[in-house]
Amino acid sequence: MHVDETTVRKIARLARIEITDAEATGLVDELSGILDWVEQLDEVDTSNVEPMARIVPIALKRREDVVNDGEMRDKIVGNAPMEEDGFFVVPKVVE
Amino acid sequence: MSTSDLTKLTLAAARDGLAAKDFTSLELTEAFLNAIDHSNAALNAYVLPTADQAREMAKASDERLAKGEAGALEGLPLGIKDLFCTKGVATTACSKILEGFVPEYESHVTANLWDAGAVMLGKLNNDEFAMGSSNETSAYGPVINPWRRNGKEDKLVPGGSSGGSSSAVAADLCLAATATDTGGSIRQPAALTGTVGLKPTYGRCSRWGTVAFASSLDQAGPIAKTVEDAAMMLGAMAGHDPRDSTSVDVPVPDYAVSIGESIKGLRVGVPKEYRVEGMSAEADALWTSGIDWLKEAGATVHDISLPHTKYALPAYYIVAPAEASSNLARYDGVRYGLRVAGSDLIDTYEKTRAAGFGREVKRRVLIGTYVLSAGYYDAYYLKAQKVRSLIKQDFDTAWNDVDVILTPTTPSPAFALGEKSGDPIAMYLEDIFTVTVNMAGLPGLSVPAGLSSEGTPLGLQLIAKPFDEAVLFKTGAVIEKAAGHFKPAEAWWATA
Repeated sequence: MHVDETTVRKIARLARIEITDAEATGLVDELSGILDWVEQLDEVDTSNVEPMARIVPIALKRREDVVNDGEMRDKIVGNAPMEEDGFFVVPKVVE
Repeated sequence: MSTSDLTKLTLAAARDGLAAKDFTSLELTEAFLNAIDHSNAALNAYVLPTADQAREMAKASDERLAKGEAGALEGLPLGIKDLFCTKGVATTACSKILEGFVPEYESHVTANLWDAGAVMLGKLNNDEFAMGSSNETSAYGPVINPWRRNGKEDKLVPGGSSGGSSSAVAADLCLAATATDTGGSIRQPAALTGTVGLKPTYGRCSRWGTVAFASSLDQAGPIAKTVEDAAMMLGAMAGHDPRDSTSVDVPVPDYAVSIGESIKGLRVGVPKEYRVEGMSAEADALWTSGIDWLKEAGATVHDISLPHTKYALPAYYIVAPAEASSNLARYDGVRYGLRVAGSDLIDTYEKTRAAGFGREVKRRVLIGTYVLSAGYYDAYYLKAQKVRSLIKQDFDTAWNDVDVILTPTTPSPAFALGEKSGDPIAMYLEDIFTVTVNMAGLPGLSVPAGLSSEGTPLGLQLIAKPFDEAVLFKTGAVIEKAAGHFKPAEAWWATA
């Protein structure tokens, strides 16, 4: 699968990673190369195969629906690059 | 006993020495801190030595030892891969984007180790977010392998992503180390440094508090000097944790009792699909030696077929980046780590992630975003997960006829810095023998088996059924006994 520069820029936008023009050019070849290489999976007939969901068949554990964690606001914002009064600070998003 | 002799001890011998009061945990810890001081400049194995913390933990251990309250790893100094969150100690996954992040909590695996009495020497280098097979993608620079080629001084890679762990164990800068394995990141570095590396069954160790890469593949395990040491480490690291829903609630056996057990009658499978083009003649020859050693110990050897082997690596390079792109979405410059101010929120995200992620991480996040994007999910991710079912079925069929599978760990020995870093697919092929095990969720052990013609280590890999780590330890111990132990000829990395 060949990806063009427009596609690379679209993916980078979806992934929220700014890329330079030089990076975009390089990524066209790199991503196309990797996608070409994974295309060998088309040789495998998977028409009657279920996708893998788990390694060992275990049922998820249940517990009572009660609060068992919390009351740690200061710890949660403790590593924020910008924090004010216990809130994360972001650039203005609503005009 | 001199200081350098203390660092050469195995984990088991150090435990016995502490019990016999031959030395204290503080003496043992000081010996390692001194070795790190004199070696880390050359090897770059530790990104953050934690000397003060190590001394405090060692003193507390000495008190518990004196009172007869010793845990299974009491007073034993370990290195911790920087992917494990450690409370109050910076944890970066060796990425710029986690610069300055100091966890408020302890990962389940490391908490288990401290509960067992172990001492933390520091945080070990790794490929950024564990994405790499040479430890060259770390934001803190590459780790150097203590092994060199005969008569050469070229710097060799220690494998990756757990390259700090493998280098530190091989150079006696810790008794053993924690590591993680998503596609081979414990076993490949172990093979390239003459150390023992175990990837446990998916679900054996909790993933809680370990920086996530690809959640359906990630598993923590040890890198150690001997098979017995790896068994001791796993015994302490493993266990059920309700905070990880994929952690499996099965008892943790005493793995150390497997060491020295007979393998008479054990059925060993040798998969023909692992005899790949490009495998070095010496890796092939060593594989044959491994077969002979196991036969001599009473095992029977059987040719088996794992027909979907060649598809494991391409399927992995869909599944792992897809899960990574999702997991790494959390690095947004808002909640922790790096933030680069932009003109608006989206610009802030984009600038932060552009500055914070390294090249390989960006490449994988972009591939993952592509294969999960509208219209491509079925063609890539779903297809890969179906191929994954076929890979697992291959193994399920094999288990009807054999108890354990023997393969080389890597096709070739350690390579030089820069040798493969320009070609992503050449680097990805480093994991060709290890990645199948992650895709099927099985346990795998790499044991040093010999030296290449260049004088550098090569490993053999053993693969077992889910939760049968015990058979890996007993079979690995047989290979270890036959092959012997491998140490670099001289400690060229240590300054006086």
